Amino acid sequence: MTLTQAEKAAVVAIWEKVATHANAIGAESLERLFSGFPQTKTYFPHFDLSQGSAQLHGHGSKVLSAIGEATKNIDNITGALATLSELHAYILRVDPVNFKLLSHCILCSLAAHFPNDFTPEVHAALDKFLSQISSVLTEKYR
Amino acid sequence: MVHWTPEEKQMITSLWAKVNVAECGGEALARMMIVYPWTQRFFSTFGNLSNPQAIQHNPKVLEHGKKVLTSFGNAVKDLDHIKETFAHLSELHCEKLHVDPENFKLLGNVLVIVLAAHIRKDFPPACQAAWHKLVAAVAHALALRYH
Repeated sequence: MTLTQAEKAAVVAIWEKVATHANAIGAESLERLFSGFPQTKTYFPHFDLSQGSAQLHGHGSKVLSAIGEATKNIDNITGALATLSELHAYILRVDPVNFKLLSHCILCSLAAHFPNDFTPEVHAALDKFLSQISSVLTEKYR
Repeated sequence: MVHWTPEEKQMITSLWAKVNVAECGGEALARMMIVYPWTQRFFSTFGNLSNPQAIQHNPKVLEHGKKVLTSFGNAVKDLDHIKETFAHLSELHCEKLHVDPENFKLLGNVLVIVLAAHIRKDFPPACQAAWHKLVAAVAHALALRYH
């Protein structure tokens, strides 16, 4: 499932808009994740997950910033996220199923914030892109 | 509530009578940690989990596997009240142990494979199907109290 040139362009274009709201969208995506899929909270027993918490905002922006890095290196996501890949494989060990859940929540947030830009084509490109990121992050699991 | 046919109940209970709980429990937990290495994240106090041999012979793994499968046996004893049986354990796994319920599915699948390996010809497809229903029901019950 590699991205076509058109899909890469679509991802880069929408992400320029996302980047200006990264903190809010990041926190919102995580809120959506924890509300919709409470079992995901098991990975954050050390966090204050209440709405508007500093940790939620901090972590949300961390996640979106990493995705932003991937958009800047869209032809070499594996290289760009190599450190994060190792972190997830050896330290965090988040079950792979959760990457789909978070990707879904990110798409929901983007759809809510940018309804006009979030066309079906852009939706498809982003879904593929997030799926590629998920693969990179789980690549070293075993 | 899960709907069981009389045949399914019969297959489950008669198979369970043949299961060596200590052996299969230990093996299932060890295999889960070997096949899905990220599941080791919950067992940092268990000592040496550095390779498959170490995991398979780790006394804490074997002991815990036996505990888990013994508990599983409570589902077999009362197939019509699985949710109630695991209500307390569900809360425990959420609030104290912080275990992602996905792991219940992983262990359930490994358990079915271990049963196939041990029971062999007395574990035909129909029996496996009944057991898939059971491990799914237990996984579901264990996730039910998550919040």
